[in-house]
Amino acid sequence: MLDEAEVQVIARLARIGINDDESPTLTLQLSRILALVAEMNKVDTERVEPLAHPLELVARRRPDVVTETDQRATMQQTAPATHDGYYLVPRVIE
Amino acid sequence: MTWEPVIGLEIHVQLATSSKIFSGAPTTYGAPPNTQACAVDLGLPGVLPVVNGRAIELAILFGLAIEAEIAPYSVFARKNYFYPDLPKGYQISQYEMPIVGLGRFEIRLANGQRKFIRVRRAHLEEDAGKSVHDAYPGLSGIDLNRTGTPLLEVVSEPDLASAAEAVTFMRGMHALVKFLGVSDGNMQEGSFRCDANVSIRRRGTNILGTRTEIKNLNSFRFVERAINYEIERQTEVLETGGKITQETRLYDPDKDETRPMRSKEDAHDYRYFPDPDLLPIVITEADLVAARAALPELPAQKIARYLTEYALNQDDAEALISERGIAAYFETLVMESGDPRLAANWVTGEVFAAVNRARIEFSRVPVSARELAKLLVRIGDNTVSRSIAKQVFEAMWSEGGTADQIIADRGLKQVTDDGEISALINSVIAESPEQVAQFRAGKEKVFSYFVGQIMKKSKGKASPQQVNTLLLEKLNEQT
Amino acid sequence: MANEFPLTLAGLSAGLQKREFSSAELTSHYLDKIAARDGQLNSFISVFPEHASTMALAADQARAAGRAGPLMGIPYANKDIFCTEGFRTTCASKMLDTFVAPYNATVVEKLHAAGMVMLGKTNMDEFAMGSSNETSYYGPTRNPWNLGYVPGGSSGGSAAAVAARLTPVATGTDTGGSIRLPSAFCGISGIKPTYGRVSRYGMIAFASSLDQGGPMALNAEDLGLMLNVMSGFDHRDSTSAERTDEDFCAALNFDLTGLKIGLPTEFFDESLNSTIGSCLTEALDCLRRQGAECREISLPSTRYAIPAYYIISSAECSSNLSRFDGVRFGHRCDAPRDLMDLYVRSRAEGFGAEVKRRILVGTYALSTGYYDAYYAKAQKLRRLIKNDFQRAFEEVDVIAGPTAPSTAFPLGQRVEDPIQMYLSDVYTTAVNLAGLPALSVPAGSVQGLPVGLQLIGNYFREARLLNIAHRFQHETDWHLRVPPFAA
Repeated sequence: MLDEAEVQVIARLARIGINDDESPTLTLQLSRILALVAEMNKVDTERVEPLAHPLELVARRRPDVVTETDQRATMQQTAPATHDGYYLVPRVIE
Repeated sequence: MTWEPVIGLEIHVQLATSSKIFSGAPTTYGAPPNTQACAVDLGLPGVLPVVNGRAIELAILFGLAIEAEIAPYSVFARKNYFYPDLPKGYQISQYEMPIVGLGRFEIRLANGQRKFIRVRRAHLEEDAGKSVHDAYPGLSGIDLNRTGTPLLEVVSEPDLASAAEAVTFMRGMHALVKFLGVSDGNMQEGSFRCDANVSIRRRGTNILGTRTEIKNLNSFRFVERAINYEIERQTEVLETGGKITQETRLYDPDKDETRPMRSKEDAHDYRYFPDPDLLPIVITEADLVAARAALPELPAQKIARYLTEYALNQDDAEALISERGIAAYFETLVMESGDPRLAANWVTGEVFAAVNRARIEFSRVPVSARELAKLLVRIGDNTVSRSIAKQVFEAMWSEGGTADQIIADRGLKQVTDDGEISALINSVIAESPEQVAQFRAGKEKVFSYFVGQIMKKSKGKASPQQVNTLLLEKLNEQT
Repeated sequence: MANEFPLTLAGLSAGLQKREFSSAELTSHYLDKIAARDGQLNSFISVFPEHASTMALAADQARAAGRAGPLMGIPYANKDIFCTEGFRTTCASKMLDTFVAPYNATVVEKLHAAGMVMLGKTNMDEFAMGSSNETSYYGPTRNPWNLGYVPGGSSGGSAAAVAARLTPVATGTDTGGSIRLPSAFCGISGIKPTYGRVSRYGMIAFASSLDQGGPMALNAEDLGLMLNVMSGFDHRDSTSAERTDEDFCAALNFDLTGLKIGLPTEFFDESLNSTIGSCLTEALDCLRRQGAECREISLPSTRYAIPAYYIISSAECSSNLSRFDGVRFGHRCDAPRDLMDLYVRSRAEGFGAEVKRRILVGTYALSTGYYDAYYAKAQKLRRLIKNDFQRAFEEVDVIAGPTAPSTAFPLGQRVEDPIQMYLSDVYTTAVNLAGLPALSVPAGSVQGLPVGLQLIGNYFREARLLNIAHRFQHETDWHLRVPPFAA
């Protein structure tokens, strides 16, 4: 079971704002999903290797060739805020 | 001192590929903002990464050079965090299964002793973009050109015991990656930079102290200063009964100090997991065979050989392997001239001096090793003296032409005829009665005056050894 | 009007070839129908009448010039998850309401190279997360068999449009059943190919190791014709399978004598809805009559497919959807105070409730201290599930079962109950975890709503699945039945 504070921590990590109205329902729903998922614990997987990809193929390598040209104007056509080719965001403080 | 520093480095080496690690965009430095960020680099919806084979080859080459285990099977993982210079919200890196495993690298300490520094791992990852803060009030501009540039992150064990050792290790790594052609090593452009993990402990104990990480050091000098500052700071904190906080710090070269990075609002939780868009890298025996074939004789092996086979000293040997091109030049010179010591003296002396004067890269030296070798042969067979040879070299450098041609055209052949030299000596003695008297009065220093005058009369062509012998004979004769 | 043109690709292809009608006529026929009827159905997010007409004219010219493949000039609809250069791609999310990709998905490229005419982009669950099409930012699509019912999801717009005869075929994507479930609910045919068969390039990712594109059509033969164009190796997708091209229609009429069909006890237990069960019994009898033999098999680990699927898909989606941050494209909140505010508000406003739930579940499952209990555990179950199937395929050629545990349900019934919604995928998710090909064909009707038969094959055995489905459709007429809305 999750509590609302835990949900806030996860939401922060995922950068999703959760307001106070939706928090209780969301917490309940997420708890129920995790309860469903807990079914997995019925299976003993002690000696099982995790499977990341169904076909277990290996990486194909790309030749080191430049194939892309400058598309900045097109790429920035639907961007929310740009100037002089830069994407603009509220100041990043380091 | 009761405290002992324990230092480990994480070196970020930009790999020398033409295109990015997961896209076909170029990696060249200095383009206008976002002109080298393609859809994959920008993390647009639906686009997918495909790994650059060259990046894998370069990682293997590096791994072999540090005698490391090359993982037969390695996996790309996503490191998840939000930052404007990280377009996808995750960095593709390697986590549990890096391509290069445990290796080692030998360094020479100031006292001449040797020490192996263990390399824990080296993994492939993509670089992030950069933020520009000054141009817009209250805003940052994001340039994603650097996004996706291939990096090899080399992680050392905490085997370094001082700032000086850390710098020696870093210099050694820098020379190695340049030598291998794994990276251009350009530190101004950020192709080679490091983070330093520093802690101190009481001498004689084995328990590691709490460490701090100093981020983004991009010069050898900053590495040394930042680590020294951090050692002093930690010492002071501990000696005054304080505690070290595990944190990330930044080095400020202007104030020559480190200070904590503004603590991020949240603790990081990178949620690493295997990247489902990419499949595991499998290194086959064929890959290793190809990499071994591409692996040159390494700097350390060359130094050892130069010392034993060529009887060079350590400093000359190190200077000669500082670049792969220099070593190749030197080795051709040795082969063609047959005189390793003379070849070493010439490369580290005349050639380096001329390169510095001309402010060019070594690769642009206009006199080939083959041509220079012919000049060295003429020194060996006494056709020219060493000082005349310098003149010939300068002419070859600025005007071209072969050594023999220049010697012949300018009449620079050494005078070795005893009669001719005796005549010169006689005329100088005749012109300098005062000095003769001084010499005979026991003032032997004046001897060099005679040599100078004789060489001047011969325009430097008289054989210096013969001048010495005959002059001494003549002066003593007339006593 | 509706009977003026043939309904299937094969018929349309023949008609175009014989110059019985032009692509321009055909295209305007469908555009007119969409304009007239889709207001009620809401199966399209975007329709491109001008562009479609231009493409149709080009196709007619190409045909006149003698350059015509079998699908040249035939209209189709794209699920709004495939990027289309110059035309907005929304993924049914407010986040991408104004997004226009500067590239075409490989699938789109291939369909256009074959001369097919894109009518528009179909409605779907937001970012393909849903089983009812109700999570769309553009409102739910309705089921043409009963407008008060859902069409299934997430490719619900494509399924409804095909069923309502607003397009002859459509593309879909299937991460946990998103092609098969709506195909079953809407009474059409749909196939999820083997993972890696169809390029994922330009298909907006939900869960990268599960997502697979595929066609949705009125019959198995049309699926084969579409798959011939959509599939194939793509160097831009690292997970694309390197296989030589094959003709998925070549084996359509093969005899079914000796075909061994496995019936998993886990699919046919007491929890199976009895009316759906009797539809399946009839369908299997039909196949038996054609020489197939059925035997019981067991896939014990598939009982845990739903939890494993929800962890893996949510984990991957939590990371895949991080790129929607309001910086380079997509929705950005008004006047962000600072960087954190930009992120949390843009994402809170841009994503709907279901997408947020999955991102949160996935974020939690990958976080420190929980990775092993959730993500690693789910991946181990994934291997057990794959092993179950591999064992089964040593004994049988294909596996048959229901596509969905129920027929279409009323709009709104499960919106507030995510768990009930997730259970709609109980028979489909295991297939995605194992990466196998599977299709759904109409095989009955319960109270006026279609029932789907699911056939699952071994890796790259799509042609065999289509062969069985085609022979089944030769003997049945479920796929020919027209929903009241289109009648």
